[in-house]
Amino acid sequence: MTDLDEYGRRARAWLEANASDLSPEPDLRTARAFMAKLYDAGYSGITWPAEYGGQGLSAAEERAFQQASRGFTLPIGVFGIGFGMCGPTLVSIGTEEQKRRYVRPLLRGEEIWCQMFSEPGAGSDVASLQTRAVRDGDAWVVNGQKVWTSVAKQADFGLLIARTDVDVPKHRGITMFIVDMHDPGVTVRPLRDMSGESHFNEIFLDDVRIPADRVVGEVNGGWSAAVTTLLHERVSIGMGATRTERPASFGPLAAAARERGTLGDPAVRDQLVELYIRERALDLFNARLAQELKAGIQPGARGSVSKLLLADLMLHGADVATEILGPDSAAHGEGDRQDDLIARTLAMAPGMALGGGTNEIMRNIIGDRVLGLPREPQVDRTVPFRDLKVGTQAKEAGA
Amino acid sequence: MRLIPTEEQRELGASVRAFLAETAPMARVRAVAESDEAYDARVWERMAGELGLAGLAIPEAHGGSGAGHGEVAAVMEELGAALTPSPFLASAVLAANVLLAAEQAGDEEAAKDLLPGIAAGTTVATFAVPVKGDPVTRARESDGAYTLTGTVRRVLNGAEADVILVASVLTDEVAEEGLGPLAVFAVDASAAGVARTPLTTLDLTRPQARVELADAPARLVTTSGDALARTLDLSAVALAAGQLGGLRRCLDTIVEYAKLRVQFGRFVGSFQGVKHRLADMHCTLEQAESVVRYAVWAADESPDELPVAAALAQSYLGRAFFQVAKDHLLLHGGIGFTWEHDAHLYYKRAKGDELLLGPPRDHRARLAERLDLIV
Repeated sequence: MTDLDEYGRRARAWLEANASDLSPEPDLRTARAFMAKLYDAGYSGITWPAEYGGQGLSAAEERAFQQASRGFTLPIGVFGIGFGMCGPTLVSIGTEEQKRRYVRPLLRGEEIWCQMFSEPGAGSDVASLQTRAVRDGDAWVVNGQKVWTSVAKQADFGLLIARTDVDVPKHRGITMFIVDMHDPGVTVRPLRDMSGESHFNEIFLDDVRIPADRVVGEVNGGWSAAVTTLLHERVSIGMGATRTERPASFGPLAAAARERGTLGDPAVRDQLVELYIRERALDLFNARLAQELKAGIQPGARGSVSKLLLADLMLHGADVATEILGPDSAAHGEGDRQDDLIARTLAMAPGMALGGGTNEIMRNIIGDRVLGLPREPQVDRTVPFRDLKVGTQAKEAGA
Repeated sequence: MRLIPTEEQRELGASVRAFLAETAPMARVRAVAESDEAYDARVWERMAGELGLAGLAIPEAHGGSGAGHGEVAAVMEELGAALTPSPFLASAVLAANVLLAAEQAGDEEAAKDLLPGIAAGTTVATFAVPVKGDPVTRARESDGAYTLTGTVRRVLNGAEADVILVASVLTDEVAEEGLGPLAVFAVDASAAGVARTPLTTLDLTRPQARVELADAPARLVTTSGDALARTLDLSAVALAAGQLGGLRRCLDTIVEYAKLRVQFGRFVGSFQGVKHRLADMHCTLEQAESVVRYAVWAADESPDELPVAAALAQSYLGRAFFQVAKDHLLLHGGIGFTWEHDAHLYYKRAKGDELLLGPPRDHRARLAERLDLIV
């Protein structure tokens, strides 16, 4: 048995003893307690540098742990932004003091992190953000609004990008800060999305004072800091989240059609076949990417292909589901679980095509970075921010 | 499940690519396509001899090199990308697969006699893949000898082949509706009672012929339904690999052009109207490649998964290749509509391939059946 096998075997044994009956979304106290136990056992931050509280091991151990955790439901969702984005950003570009102060509590689940980039006026074009940070003595004073922030309600800290210079082009006047979410002037409001639920928050920043030593990276170097963060967005936090079967997928819909006696309808059958083809084609592509990664071939921007196809598939699947289930999926009684799931899936489906980059942005990325096509002429690269048109403009009189 | 080609398969593909670039560049492909020749005999001779491709998947005992379907797929991809007119698909893939499946089912004689010639490239064989809705020939037995009668509407390389394998129904087993279990027979193309008429094909690089049989002497290859079913699945997989090669070449070509062509003072590839379509075509390529790798793996390693994988491969690749070939032609603009440009050759190949084993609806129906959706 190799050392790696032994590592995986011990991880498996630990998980069996400590993670056998956890709910995926427990209360915060239980989630934090689990993270602390995971950290103390040496399985949180496996590849993170040891001097800041990580284990300092290699990707091989990380993979071995991932394999071992397959089949377990770990209550880690609330820590995802910290592990996936904020933590890695601090480790790569934070100051020595920042790393010593923030990384270990993050890995131990003592402090939860969120990320404040998008604004109502800056979606696909995040660099056009308008939240202002103005220097005042040994602090910065921040005013503005952020949106689409996950876990902000639970978060203790957040990474913020704000405009610190309006006299230079938009990419060159942004700075990244660490915000204490408990500070006065920070207001978090749940954003009710089209599903009727709140998966994200809006954040209002009113005269929030941030000490100058909480700048991450260089002053006015926030755009490259944000790119660092976003690069980590697609790196999984690597702890086997279980895959539950999607309600609007081939298996459950074929079963529903069989049960409702509509399988004999060739139109229904062909819709199911089409859904099967699309699902398999995407699953096989994802599996191939994973095999390539294991063989040392980096996926690069091809991850965007997967994201774009998944967004399309979710919209398609939800649409087909309603056609197969018929009017019941648009008007159902309280106990109709499947119809209820489909209605919710239909209402959630646009989210995947908008969050983490819209389909159009994904197509730009694939065109520019995978196919190497010439970029579009950019009118906003050289204009000082103060002269740039941003956000949603008022309709001109007579237009 | 293995979804990335082995080092050996990549090397094989690279050597076939280099060989085709040298011996069958597009100018030569066009010359052959517009001539009366079905393929370049010199190139085929070298493919069979130097490269050993005619016997690639035929076991060493029959004079081949005993490679797997992954290797066949690597060759099909290159031939599909280069549009090389060649009897490789008909002889080394379709016909060889029938004979090998028959051998596996215990019918060894025809395989023993015919495979060495096919492996050497000295015999060109073909298999008339049965397509739903086409008339089926009838086989009659008399004193242990068979004769076939009827029309086979389309046979790949049918006019050039020395041996034609035909799926036929035994006359004394014909059920009331005129159908019955199919058996596979081998017909010597030069025998009495065999009339072959070359067809006008949309795809000039893949000649087909109508074959009329009137009491033509035939040799029984196998009555195994399983052998025939496996052959059809393997044909679907090999064709899909060729479609993948063509699809990739179309996308590469139009992406390069979009980086060179300027209109309105900009490279056309910088316009989102063009860029986004190219991005979608790339998504199609990524999925097509994944589906083909899976089907090829199933052909080599997982016979239980092959029926679904093969139907999936044809259901996906037929549409995908034609869609990409069509968009690649359109995105070239007016030049793509000219005879001198190669775009139409790919467009026609894509459509020809999509229909070669039956239209997409047949493959989708097969998929539905194998997914247990038929009630």
